Amino acid sequence: MLIAVISGFIFALVIPMIMGKLKGKSTIWVALLPFSIFGFFLSKLPILLAGDTIKASYQWVPSIGINLDFHLDGLSFLFVLLISGIGTLVFVYTSSYLKGHQYLDRFYAYLSMFMASMLGLVLSDNIYALFIFWELTSISSFFLIGFNNDNPDSRKSAITALAITGFGGLFLMAAMVGLGQITGTSQISALIPLTDSIQSHELYGWVLVFLFIAAFTKSAQFPFHFWLPGAMKAPTPVSTYLHSATMVKAGIYLLARFTPVLGNHEWWNSTLIIVGAITMTYAAIHALFRLDLKGILAYSTISALGILVFLIGLGTKDALLAAAVFILVHALYKATLFLVTGIIDHETGTRDIRQLGGLNKVMLPVGIAAILAAISNAGIPPSFGFVGKDLIYEATLGMGDIAWLLTGLAIITNAALLFAGFLAGIKPFVGKLPEKYQKLHLPSPAMYLPPMLLGILGILFGLAPGLIEGGIIKPVVQSITGGTPDFQLKLWHGFNLILALSAITIGSGIALYFLLKPSEGLLAKVTRFEKISPHTIINKIADAFVGLSRIWTKFFQNGYLRFYLITILSFLCILLAYRFFSGVELYLDTSKLSDVTFYEAVVVVIMATAIFFTVFSNSRLTAVASLGVVGYSFCMIFLFYSAPDLAMTQFSIDTLTVILFVLVLYNLPRYLVLPDNNDKIRDGLLALVFGGLISVLTLEVMNESVTKEISEYYAKNAYILGKGKNVVNVILVDFRGFDTIVEITVLAIAAIGVFGLLKLHLKSTEKE
Amino acid sequence: MEILLVIIIGLLYAAGIYMMLRRSLVKLIIGLILLGNGANLLIFLLGKIVKGQPPIIASSEKMLGELYADPVPQALILTAIVISFGLQAFAIILVKRAYKVVKTDDLDEMNATDEDL
Repeated sequence: MLIAVISGFIFALVIPMIMGKLKGKSTIWVALLPFSIFGFFLSKLPILLAGDTIKASYQWVPSIGINLDFHLDGLSFLFVLLISGIGTLVFVYTSSYLKGHQYLDRFYAYLSMFMASMLGLVLSDNIYALFIFWELTSISSFFLIGFNNDNPDSRKSAITALAITGFGGLFLMAAMVGLGQITGTSQISALIPLTDSIQSHELYGWVLVFLFIAAFTKSAQFPFHFWLPGAMKAPTPVSTYLHSATMVKAGIYLLARFTPVLGNHEWWNSTLIIVGAITMTYAAIHALFRLDLKGILAYSTISALGILVFLIGLGTKDALLAAAVFILVHALYKATLFLVTGIIDHETGTRDIRQLGGLNKVMLPVGIAAILAAISNAGIPPSFGFVGKDLIYEATLGMGDIAWLLTGLAIITNAALLFAGFLAGIKPFVGKLPEKYQKLHLPSPAMYLPPMLLGILGILFGLAPGLIEGGIIKPVVQSITGGTPDFQLKLWHGFNLILALSAITIGSGIALYFLLKPSEGLLAKVTRFEKISPHTIINKIADAFVGLSRIWTKFFQNGYLRFYLITILSFLCILLAYRFFSGVELYLDTSKLSDVTFYEAVVVVIMATAIFFTVFSNSRLTAVASLGVVGYSFCMIFLFYSAPDLAMTQFSIDTLTVILFVLVLYNLPRYLVLPDNNDKIRDGLLALVFGGLISVLTLEVMNESVTKEISEYYAKNAYILGKGKNVVNVILVDFRGFDTIVEITVLAIAAIGVFGLLKLHLKSTEKE
Repeated sequence: MEILLVIIIGLLYAAGIYMMLRRSLVKLIIGLILLGNGANLLIFLLGKIVKGQPPIIASSEKMLGELYADPVPQALILTAIVISFGLQAFAIILVKRAYKVVKTDDLDEMNATDEDL
């Protein structure tokens, strides 16, 4: 299983290298990777049929509980098949859709990376690995949305999507750490028996909130839904794969996965029902007014995700079964519609619904695929969508007091979704074919076969639900509810209330289709509400944040070195002064001090004078010469106080510095004469206060007793171990020899830098 | 004597800071050197200064006697002096080079990156 997951990452690394060599050749072979992964997982079907699961574990960082534990159960199995199956079709489709594109290799690399992360996400049984794969899907989604990187809109959408999903990802991390804290285990499957202790723990509420934010951002729930329509800037294969079939369902997966652990609690259910219901109706109504095909599909996807959250929120066995079926139904028809939209866009160059019609006459197979998908989307028998919708109504009707409210919302949503599906799947293909599209012809089979296959599956599973019942749907329900499933998927339930509801939905949806014609006017009416939409509000918050940080940065990073220094030093002064005056008793032990001899006093006076000259001289040469005097006075002090090595070093280094300065000085301008005395007084005061504080600090530190352990060690062992009589030298070249090597390296680098700067001859254009 | 040295340390720090706050690049480097000297002296002083007892083992002995100057601060300062020389040399040449390119050593005129120029 590890290989199946990792292979995508490896592939993503290798593919740009291979493909560069095969420029211009067909790239359909790339689809072999997802196809073999699909085959690999499909071969596990008998195990799932028998009601078993598969586990595999690879140690990664066992000390903190991060391991690559994989667990293939029903829920993972459904997602794995979707990811690799639709992945195969999308890979095939892309080979024709982006044929000859300059960055096709990169595109495949991102897609493989995404596929691998998504597989890891749904297979992971470790909460931390889950988080890592979750973030990887966000990152690959960012690259894919921004694939047309010369388009500013694309880049903006990519950043929005990353900001929202990445923001959610951090909350996922928090939720997972919380869970780990409560239970002390990082295995998801080990959490299930601990449900009671988790739900009664005081952190339960926090874990829930964090998990919800993560799931809602990823699965585009209200009020975080707006990144998904923006993400439609990505090439259509990406929209198909990430933003309808797989990645946006990661949030749903997360909720389903944690249903047995965190679910069946009042907070869990009511939050999910409310958020899901708002999202599904809000987005479905939005979808009615869009003119762009991908916009319609984006909003209907958000709505479908809302339905799934809603169903998981209901939490009954019926509802979870409906959710399991609807995940598959939606993936099949929505991917088809997206792929078809991609073909339309590719061939006609437009996605404006008002300009499209009659395309059946030029591309019949595409039309058939689209109409099949629209039927399944509408839930018209005998499609798989019909089975799905029946289950949804069955679930909402079983909700007791609020059954009618929930059912009503579901009907409205489904009718609007039907409308959206017809608009995308039927409208472009029927009616009169516009003049300008007469010359169009059928695209390559690589483009129309994938949607065709998905469309047919959508009907086939409806006719024969037994095909997937035992191997897929039952294990899914088993892994969400934990119990043994006891149901049978059926197309025909006989004449009953649910059938009537279905008929109402279909009738009103079709009526809507004939009555409501998409137009600019309607779109404008909806856009008026943009001002108060979550998108605008969150954008404004983001803008305000950027503005604030800009002001902050301008204040502190104003470009004047001395203001940086003043800020830092003033703060340091205040801190030091506060400490001295509040908590330290200042005293001086005069008995320990050594006497002052005459020649020492002379040296100190010379030094003070030299410092004075260095600072206040107007001549640069005087300043540098005084600096030299300061250095030589240092040599004297070192010499008086038993440090001959230091004296030697200081002497030679100081001489070198002064020589260097004098050599360079004549290339430099004279000192600026600045009339501003206020600055000088301010700086002088700050400098004196700082100097004074340092002096006091030094006196205080001198009172402390010093541990001499290290010095004693060196003093004892310098000759015995190092065979040297000069202890300082032995420390430098023997005991701390490596440090000295590094020091020499630093000097060598500085020397290379100096040499480079001296020898650098700029071209005349670069001099300005 | 310690008191005098402490005063010198304060003076070095104050002078170094004052020079670093000026607008001339040359003064900035001078300030940096003064500050470095101050720091060296500070370290030196913290190791307890001793007269006439350099940490060198007498030719007849195998280890240092009872009273000796602390070799650890000395080793530290030695390293510091050498490293700061590398820094100073590089900075001095950099100033020269910068002046050649931008024709000023006024820090206030150097606060933009080349894009803004």
